[in-house]
Amino acid sequence: MTVTDKDKTELFSPQVCEEIDRWIAKYPSEWKQSAVMGALMVVQEDNGGWLTTELMDRVASYLDMAPIAVYEVATFYSMYELKPVGKHKICVCTNVSCMTNKSDLIVEHLEKKLGISFGEVTEDGRFSLKEVECLGACGGAPMMQIGKQYYENLTPEIVDAILEGLE
Amino acid sequence: MVNEVCLRTLDLERPWLMEQYQSRGGYQVLKQVLSEKRAPEEIIEEVKKSGLRGRGGAGFPTGLKWSFISRNAPGQKYVVCNSDEGEPGTFKDRDILRYNPHQLIEGMILAGYAIGATRGYNYIRGEFWEPYERFEQALREAREAGFLGENLLGSGFDFELHTHLGGGAYICGEETALLESIEGKKGQPRYKPPFPAHFGLYGRPTIINNTESLASIPMILEKGGEWFADIGVKNSGGSKLFSISGNIKNPGVFEIPMGTPFSELLEMAGGMKDGSKIKAVIPGGSSAPVIPGDQMMDLTMDYDSIASAGSMLGSGAVIVLDDTNCMVKILERMSYFYHEESCGQCTPCREGTGWLYRVVHRIESGMGRQEDLDLLDDVADKISGKTICALGDAAAMPVQGMLRHYRDEFQYHIDHKRCMVGAG
Amino acid sequence: MTDKLVTIEVNGQQLQAEAGTMLIEVTDAAGINIPRFCYHKKLSVAANCRMCLVEVEKVPKPLPACATPVNDGMKVFTRSPKALAAQKGTMEFLLINHPLDCPICDQGGECELQDVAIGYGRDLSRYSEGKRVVADKNIGPLIATDMTRCIHCTRCVRFGEEIAGIREMGATGRGEHMVIGTYIEKSVDSELSGNVIDLCPVGALTSKPFRFNARAWELTQVEAIAPHDSLGSNLNLHLRGNKVMRVHPKDNESINETWISDRDRFSYEGLYSSDRLTSPMLKKGGEWKTVSWEMALEMAASSLKEIGDGDQIGTLLSPTSTLEELYLAQKLMRGLGCNNIDSRLRQGDFRLDANQKSVQWLGTGLAEIDQMQAALVVGGNIRKEQPILAHRLRKAALAGAKLHYLNPIRLDLNHNGEQDVCTPSEMVGRLVAVAKAAGVRASGGAASLLKSAKTDAFAKQAADDLKAADGAMVLLGGLAQAHPDYALLYTIAAALAKTTGAQLSILPAAANSVGAQLAGAVPHLQAGGTSAEHAGLDSVKMLKTPRKGYLLMGVEPGRDFWNGSLSMSALQSADMVVAISAFRSPELEACADILLPMAIFTETSGTYVNAEGRWQQSRGAARPQGESRPAWKILRVLGNLTDQPDFDYVDSQQIHDEIKQLCASSTLDNQQAELQDLEQQLNSDALLRGGDTPLYACDALVRRATALQQTLDAGSETICLHPQEAARLGLDDSDTALVKQNGNQIDLPLQLDERIPQGCVWISTGLARTSTLGQPFGEVTVEKA
Repeated sequence: MTVTDKDKTELFSPQVCEEIDRWIAKYPSEWKQSAVMGALMVVQEDNGGWLTTELMDRVASYLDMAPIAVYEVATFYSMYELKPVGKHKICVCTNVSCMTNKSDLIVEHLEKKLGISFGEVTEDGRFSLKEVECLGACGGAPMMQIGKQYYENLTPEIVDAILEGLE
Repeated sequence: MVNEVCLRTLDLERPWLMEQYQSRGGYQVLKQVLSEKRAPEEIIEEVKKSGLRGRGGAGFPTGLKWSFISRNAPGQKYVVCNSDEGEPGTFKDRDILRYNPHQLIEGMILAGYAIGATRGYNYIRGEFWEPYERFEQALREAREAGFLGENLLGSGFDFELHTHLGGGAYICGEETALLESIEGKKGQPRYKPPFPAHFGLYGRPTIINNTESLASIPMILEKGGEWFADIGVKNSGGSKLFSISGNIKNPGVFEIPMGTPFSELLEMAGGMKDGSKIKAVIPGGSSAPVIPGDQMMDLTMDYDSIASAGSMLGSGAVIVLDDTNCMVKILERMSYFYHEESCGQCTPCREGTGWLYRVVHRIESGMGRQEDLDLLDDVADKISGKTICALGDAAAMPVQGMLRHYRDEFQYHIDHKRCMVGAG
Repeated sequence: MTDKLVTIEVNGQQLQAEAGTMLIEVTDAAGINIPRFCYHKKLSVAANCRMCLVEVEKVPKPLPACATPVNDGMKVFTRSPKALAAQKGTMEFLLINHPLDCPICDQGGECELQDVAIGYGRDLSRYSEGKRVVADKNIGPLIATDMTRCIHCTRCVRFGEEIAGIREMGATGRGEHMVIGTYIEKSVDSELSGNVIDLCPVGALTSKPFRFNARAWELTQVEAIAPHDSLGSNLNLHLRGNKVMRVHPKDNESINETWISDRDRFSYEGLYSSDRLTSPMLKKGGEWKTVSWEMALEMAASSLKEIGDGDQIGTLLSPTSTLEELYLAQKLMRGLGCNNIDSRLRQGDFRLDANQKSVQWLGTGLAEIDQMQAALVVGGNIRKEQPILAHRLRKAALAGAKLHYLNPIRLDLNHNGEQDVCTPSEMVGRLVAVAKAAGVRASGGAASLLKSAKTDAFAKQAADDLKAADGAMVLLGGLAQAHPDYALLYTIAAALAKTTGAQLSILPAAANSVGAQLAGAVPHLQAGGTSAEHAGLDSVKMLKTPRKGYLLMGVEPGRDFWNGSLSMSALQSADMVVAISAFRSPELEACADILLPMAIFTETSGTYVNAEGRWQQSRGAARPQGESRPAWKILRVLGNLTDQPDFDYVDSQQIHDEIKQLCASSTLDNQQAELQDLEQQLNSDALLRGGDTPLYACDALVRRATALQQTLDAGSETICLHPQEAARLGLDDSDTALVKQNGNQIDLPLQLDERIPQGCVWISTGLARTSTLGQPFGEVTVEKA
């Protein structure tokens, strides 16, 4: 469909292609598009946690989708980042169970400690803060997620220890 | 009768491993069904008998849902598991995925066998990385053991199962939005009818059930539908996982018989934190209308009892609030959630959830107007029942519930531009 | 579903409908109005606006009429308190974020939201928060965006996916922040894109050329027929005073349904081009002088007579002219003894003219194309030739038809289809391969053609699909008609069609290509569409063996011809060129001696006979500009002045009736003769040129439509070639290349394009510079400039 029909394997590194192909293999052959969420996740991780328009276009080419269909997906789901994030993306839940267990103190503490607010990245690029909706761990409220890891039953002291333990 | 069904391996070391699951009799019923070539109709009948109702929140009878599929229709059919746990207050499916993934796998294979589907997908929310990895590991074990793939245990029945990871969208917990999401689209609910049983994943007949529902299947088939039904009470068969959180000592997931008094559940969870006084309970996830604490103490944890108090059992997510909570602030946070999570597809929800949030927000921040409470009631009413999916209702119900029981608190906020609760 | 009839009751009125029909279709048919925004009869049901909520007895919630199938005994209330409450609720929600900029909104006065708000809205908003504002993106020269006004009905998004066949617009973001648009700054390039302007129920998507030019209520509406492609799409012209301000589609289910192409929608801009010819002019000593009509007509008549030998005149007529104009032109010229009359200006091979004794056409009704089960398109990029026809082919493909394309360039298809791409000189061989696979037999020279052909998977599949289908066509498109071996392609296609039971279809090049044949505006047929007594020269021969004089009507030297440079040299060398034209152009002024200003389609009455042979009349909507006159009037006077009998027409209807009578027994027939033994003319291993006529380069009016000329489909003056071909020639994409064809040469920027077969370079025709080269398919040399 495009003017230049680049070899698809040139769109991403071999490892990224392999991971996307693993997603593609899960779905019926005529439903390559099903792999778009997985592919975006793989590509985002490979790109330091966020997606550029160019990367989304490449995913579109790789999966034979219209670019706009990829933009729709990437802008709909909250885990895709369309702006740079910190090396450690800190997602703090502020929904009811966490709120009533003082998640506001955790947020305050993080903001003060890192000198940034929700939606911002520290100057050294190490941390970014994001407010998230219920992550399904209300039994451990207040909680947060950094990268793929959940941290529960937080106190400011515990938060300090967690951050110190990160690279 | 605690942890008898979905959490039956919880007391074991590394309970998520195949050998641990099998040590408790796991996969026995699958082997039996396959070797005896049990009639699929009989399986569906057993599930109907169990009184199992959808554990995701809607409470639709699972056996009945399965019977809508025309088993002998040609072509591909699908079993889809909804592990997109996201209703605020709910965290039970995460524990099934983390601690007993094999039982879910066995349940999905059995469901596939019952409806004639050879392919399944488990939709796990994208943030659940640990549960996802546990489930993937279990899939590998099951595949190696011959429980997945072609010609399972020589029975001639094929079943393949894959995980789909979500990307962060509450709406994908709605079954048709979830199907759209697997298809690589935005998770926007489909208008029903047609229902997934006729037009589901990739346009094919599909059953879609909650994690807990599907994980309950092996025990129902092993011990019989009647056994399961008898654990619970009338109209609420079986035991159920309750996620209890909020201002309590030991929040967590408890698998207990339906019909257990709320007071007992609260006790299991260690009672109120720091001796505080119970003020209110949201009994079934954040969309369930709030129930005042004293009223709740007289209710039992089953569909009918909670419904009699004007709320719903939903996903079994119990949020307990003590008297330091400002109900305006609680509603503000909940309304913000539905406003954030509205998919944007249909007008009343797209425009109405934002309106609700903004009105509650201005009341909370001391800018409320006298007409605002009537306005909230009216806007909530204009959303409910007018949208494509239930998210509109889910946004309206907490508003209606709060105004029903705590109107005076809201009125106080408007009149005094501050909170009547010390904490606010 | 089922065709069982059920009875329902709407507001107490009994209605019958097929079970399963959506309620809104039933109420629409019965004239019961239910407000709606997202529903559109030609698009999938979205049920997202929630405006059409109605009450259905025994159902607790209000239901959307657009998504509720009717069943027997259903009782519906569209205006009960419950239904009205739901509708008013939706209206209030829609308005909370809709700006109150109606006074400066182009949709004002014809806005569905405004209309419904009057019936269902409140006079005061209870929503006092700030309204949502959306930053607009430029989506190209045709469509203006004010997305703050968008009500998210997604009609435009569904249109792209379901009708245009390319997803360009989408809904990004979610919830209240969902935005309809392209997400990135990008032009919307579909050749049908303008239809979203009509679909948009509010002023979010409006016409950019029309923007801020008029208010809807100032406009009067006049019907017309689109004068470009062979569909004859039905139009509504919207005029203020004497000026066409915009063009909308007029529903005609059997032709354009509810759509029109962008070409038909925006070509009106060309009407007001600054180079409109508005008074008669004579060239004296190389200088153009404005003269009176009397003088110009006298001069034209006497000049034509003076040539004496009618055979020394060539008559070249635009196939976008009206039937009446074409008829009078050939009547005039045949009366002067000139049989050299042609309107097939982009065709290059006329060897079958002698065998063709009837009018060629599409071979089928337009609506039947939707039902085709298989088709082989030979030399045709239908989407970029005749967009609405392509839409029908796509509908067939979506319904499961097997479509095959044989072309000298790979197409960007918007549906499933097999493509065989080869160099221009291989086209004949590849088509023969399909014929061979289908079991076509022949004797003599044609037999050896078949013998040497090699069938491959494409050929076999195409042949099998044509044979197996219940309803199939072999369609010769514009690229085939411009091919130097069109006659050969034609005869093979005809034999293939005959053997497979498929319909042989010729895609008529322009709005009156079928009409021109009926009118006798071709050398081999006379008025009535029967064989001419004295066949004249075709359009290429008229130029290759230059005539002393020419009569041109509606054509521009260079641009409108198969061989641009040949047309220029032949016309420039003539003693006398009389041009009836709506426009001036440097090329025309270089060739012509007398310019007679003619009215354009909106300014004259006349008939168009479309691809399926349907006669459609259009009446003039506006006065001709300046001193220009309808061409039929000019031709009538020329007839009078050359003393010809039967030229005293009082109106165009009289001419129409005369032609109608002549055509009483005429038939449209693409004779399916035996396979002819013809020599292959393009048989070369040398580097070949391939060339299309870009969508917006097809005729003088379109070439002057400024907005269309800013789009991609206006074409580009470039030389496109496959990267490997470029490498072979030692060129890269930053280079400018010198192209030589038939002794003419130009330099053009290079563009790498993998759609072009190797051994071939692609240079479009009909553009300002490329039309100084030769025919679209032929030998060229390319070197670094």
